[in-house]
Formats: sequence, structure tokens, C-alpha cells
Amino acid sequence: MKSEVKTRPASRSIGRRLGAFVLLSPGLTYLVVLLLVPLALVLSYTVFRRGRFGGVVYEFTTENFARLVDPLYLDVLGGSLKIAALTTVLALLLGYPTAYLIAQLPRKWKTVALVAVVLPFWTNFIIRIYAWIILLSGPGLVNSVLGTELELLYKESTIVVGLLYSYLPLMVLPLYAAIERLDPQLREASANLGASGFTTFRKVTLPLTLPGVLTGSMFVFVPSFGNFVIPELLGGSKTLMAGNVIRNEFLKARDWPFASTVTLALIAVLVVLLLAQAWAARRA
Amino acid sequence: MSRTRFTRRLPAAVAAAGLALAVAACGGESSTSSQGTTAAQADELKPNADLTQQELQITVWDGYTPKELPQKVKEKLKVKDMRITLHATNEEAMTKLTAPGDSGIDVAFVSGQYAQALNEQGLLEPIHPELIPNLANLYPEATQLAYDKGNKYSVPYTWGTTGICYRTDLVKDEEVPKSWNAILKPPAWADKKVTMMTTERWLALPALKSLGYSVNTDDDKEIAKARELLLAAKPHLLKYDDTTFGDLLKSGEAVMVEAWDGWCPTSEKNIKFALPKEGSDLWVDTMVIMKSSKNKEAAHALINFILDPEIHSWAAENINYKVPNKAAMERVQVPEGSLLGIKPAELLNGEVIVDLGPSSTKYTRLSSEVTQS
Repeated sequence: MKSEVKTRPASRSIGRRLGAFVLLSPGLTYLVVLLLVPLALVLSYTVFRRGRFGGVVYEFTTENFARLVDPLYLDVLGGSLKIAALTTVLALLLGYPTAYLIAQLPRKWKTVALVAVVLPFWTNFIIRIYAWIILLSGPGLVNSVLGTELELLYKESTIVVGLLYSYLPLMVLPLYAAIERLDPQLREASANLGASGFTTFRKVTLPLTLPGVLTGSMFVFVPSFGNFVIPELLGGSKTLMAGNVIRNEFLKARDWPFASTVTLALIAVLVVLLLAQAWAARRA
Repeated sequence: MSRTRFTRRLPAAVAAAGLALAVAACGGESSTSSQGTTAAQADELKPNADLTQQELQITVWDGYTPKELPQKVKEKLKVKDMRITLHATNEEAMTKLTAPGDSGIDVAFVSGQYAQALNEQGLLEPIHPELIPNLANLYPEATQLAYDKGNKYSVPYTWGTTGICYRTDLVKDEEVPKSWNAILKPPAWADKKVTMMTTERWLALPALKSLGYSVNTDDDKEIAKARELLLAAKPHLLKYDDTTFGDLLKSGEAVMVEAWDGWCPTSEKNIKFALPKEGSDLWVDTMVIMKSSKNKEAAHALINFILDPEIHSWAAENINYKVPNKAAMERVQVPEGSLLGIKPAELLNGEVIVDLGPSSTKYTRLSSEVTQS
């Protein structure tokens, strides 16, 4: 009797742990095989020489890192940072009021609005980008409706428009979740204590929704930073972003080690940003 | 307590496993490019080998050979089996063919400069002309191609060149597209209505040719001059484009574009192709036999079969590529204005793009610099 009492909790916890492991293992296997192993391979390539036809020659070298600090590639990284940052700021400026309004809607309309926000995701990404080409091209819809001959396509600003369009929903959704969770009584209390609408927003709403702001910003920044399709299709390949360099080096120049090194640089920037976000979210 | 240890140790264990696998993969692969660069010795092949004991596997671009080819080959050559694998680009084929171990491929379709590079790695079986009597069908010009003079290790399948594809109704002066300056320094009526290719060697081609340099130059000064010209041209371009230039012409967004001849939609009434007077390139897609092939007699028989005028003319008739096969081209009805009408002698004015080995990175850098600016 005594021994039974002792062993039961232990065996139960082992069983629970085993159950958790069984449930976790498919996802875990997936991550290890398809994420961590390729990532480890990519990272290991950064210190080797390129094979003439792709692949790597296993001779240790640091020349890939030396090439990375070449002004040419620093410019590319800087340019990508600028474009991604601009996209994120614009997405925040557009996304915050949108999310705020959706959160104030009656329940029924909330659902409709949220479905409208995610609706574009039901169509293929490339098709939606081609739609922008049809809209903005020389003889395109915008010019023919306005009767103008504006140059709208194949510019850096077109890239920002494309990125903003593609990733705005990723800003709106976390913001909506943060604003929706906000207790309306907090705002009422603030008003009762004499704060103006703007002060309430600045001192109550914004600080409390800051985690949503940070999450949304990361969701927009990360895919914008590494994008290579939009600069090619909407930018007419006239602007080189970090994603384009990686793609070109891997597929056209067949320089896997250098492409891996640029990939590593990209990951490093993103890890720093994620850490900063985690730190800021904890303080908020 | 034990739970936290479990979850904390897990990422480390996973990372270690990942690294171990990566290292194992590294160790497993051997570097192909550090090996010698001498061409392989020819094997002794038997002209009367029993093909029913051999099977073929080829790698080729999608849609580049007739669909019924495997079936016909099995019927006519009596080989045991024939399988086709596809590659999208030369680069993909090279990855497949240079990977360590036996790729299982007997015959590969790659462009001339890639055949040259494969041969330098000792990966190709020299062509045994006595096993391919149909080599006699080729134009004499098709045996003098710079990447492989005398077709020692490759047999040409299709060939063509790069020029300017233009709209006859939107071009104010049809003399203009006859020079690379049409897209490097477009006249006012074509400003922002021209496109250039973005693939490295073809991005550099118009500038190199207009300066009178070789398309295969590895001289830093010449490449720097070309860069200047390309940078000056950039503000006047609509965009860089490798794939949709034909559509841009059709819609009128572009009036002149740098184009591979086979990609210029000359079937449209108002679209024509011009070969710039400064010269251009000559590209060749070839068939090669892998040194690792265990079915070399069947591989030769296959190439001989493809060089049969009836089979080879398929490419000209169905995918609009010129074939370097005189007997085959004589069978083909060439429509008025079709690029199939370009004569071998005209093509030979073009310079064959050869593999530049380590210097090829200069062109990667050039295209990055031009597109980044």
C-alpha cells in the first residue's frame, strides 16, 4: 500500500512526459531535419571555398567574410535595411488605426473586417504581385483610367508599395489582438482622471499595446528584409536587395559559400532585432 | 527539476545532432574541382555491342526533345530502357553531374561552355566518331566551335545568337536596332522603353561588343569600361528582364529589347529581330556522354539517332530553335521573316561564349555593381 502511493505519481509523470514526447516528435523531427540540419550546413559552408560548379571545396578560408564587408555588399545590406524599415514604419502608420477601428466594431462586423484583412492570403502571392504590374505598368489600369503616362513601375518606391501591400495584414492582426485585449475600463478610468484622448492614447493605450506593435513590426520587417521576388517583379531588377544577392550567388554564380555568408549576415541582423524586440517587450 | 533540465538540454542536443549531420555530410562529399583538369582518356567501345543489355538515362531541359523519343529509341535501337530526367538550368544540370558518386546519367544536354568545363574535369567520354555516322549531317561550321573544336567531346544539338528584338511600328528608324547602342544609348523616342538581360554574361554582352571587346574578356580594364557604359545606360532602361521581354514588346511597354533569337516572338507581324553590327555571341546547346556511363555504346547510338534529319528537324519545327544539322534544316519549311532563316555563316560571326573558370566571378560582381547602383 505504502509503496503504491510512492510510485504512482512518479510513473504518471513519466507517462505524461512520454506522451508529450510522442506528441512533440513529429514537429521536432520536422524542425531538426528541415530547419536545423540545412541551417547547420549553410553555416558550415561560410568557411569553405566555392566549387567551380556550385557546391563547396573543403578548404578553410575567411575570404567570404572579407568579401562581406566589401562596400558593394554593405550597400546592399544597408539598402535592404532601409527599404524594410520604411515598409515597417508605413505598415505601422496604416495598420494601427485600422486595427484600432476594427477592435471598436460590433462583433459581427469585426469578423467581416478580419476576414477582409486576411482575404488576400487566399490567393497566390505571385499572382497578386503580377496584378500590381497590370495596375501600374505604362499602359496599365491606373494610367489608362487617369489618362496619364506616369512612371509607376520598376522603381524603388514600387518595391516599398509591393512589400507594404503584401505584409500589412501581418501588422494588423497582432495589433488587433493587442488592442482587443485592452480593458476599456482602463481608458474610462484615464478619462475620469482628466486625461485628454491623446494623453490616454499616449500613456495608456500605446504602452499596453506595445508588444503587439513590436510583434507586428517584426512580422513585416523580417520577410521584407529578405525578399527577392518583389524587387525583381516590381523593381524591374534595378534594385538589388540582400535576398537577390543570396539567390544570384546560389543559383547564377554558383557561389554557395558566399551566398551562405550573406545568409548568415541576414540571420545575424534578424537575431539581433528579435533579441531587441524580446527585451523591449519584457520592459513594456 | 528534471523537466527544466530536459527542455533546456534539448535545443543543445538538437543543435549538436544537426552539426554532426552537417559534418558527416561534409566528410562524405569530396571536392570535385580540386581534382586534375585533364580530359579523360577514351574507353574502348565495341561497335557491335549488344544494346538490348544497355539502358539509357538522359538529362535535358523540359520540352527540348520530342515526347515520343524514349519510345522511338527503344523501338529502333532495341535498348532495354530509356528514362528522361529534367533540369531547368545549366547550373542545375552541373550540380547533378558533378555531385560525388555516379549520377546514373549517360547523356546530358548542356550549353557549350558547360560541356567545356565538364571535359576539363575529366567527366566526359570523348566522342567516338566511328559510332556516330550521322555526324556527317552537321554543317561544316558546326565542327569549329570555340569551346570544342572538332567536336571531340560534345555534339551540338541547337544553336543561336543574341540580338535586338523590336517593334517595327514603334521604332522610328529601323537602322537603330542594328547597333547595340539602341539599348545602351537609346534615342529619345525609346527612352525607358528598352530592356537588357540580367544574367551576367548577357548583361555584359552589349557593352563589351559595342566597345569592341571579346565577350570572353577577363581583362579588368575592359570590364571596368563596360561597367561605365552599363551604368550610364541604366537610367534609360525600362527594366532588366530575362523572361518577359517578348510580352513587353507585344504590349508596347518596350520597343527594343535584348533577346535570344529563339525567344523573339517574330510570329507577330510587327516584331522583328536584328543582329547588331558590332557582333554578338553564338550559343550552342550540346549533347555529351558521361565518363561514368556504363552504356556508352547505347549513348553513342542515341546521339546518332538524334542526328537523323527526321528526328533533329523536330527542334526547328516545334520549338523554333535552329539546329546545326544541314540535312535536318533542309527538310524544314522556313516561314518568311523567321529567325530559322539565319545562315550558319551569319551565326559564326558571333563569338562563342566559353567558360571563364575563376574569372567568371568578375562577371558576377559586374552585374551586382550595375544592378545595385
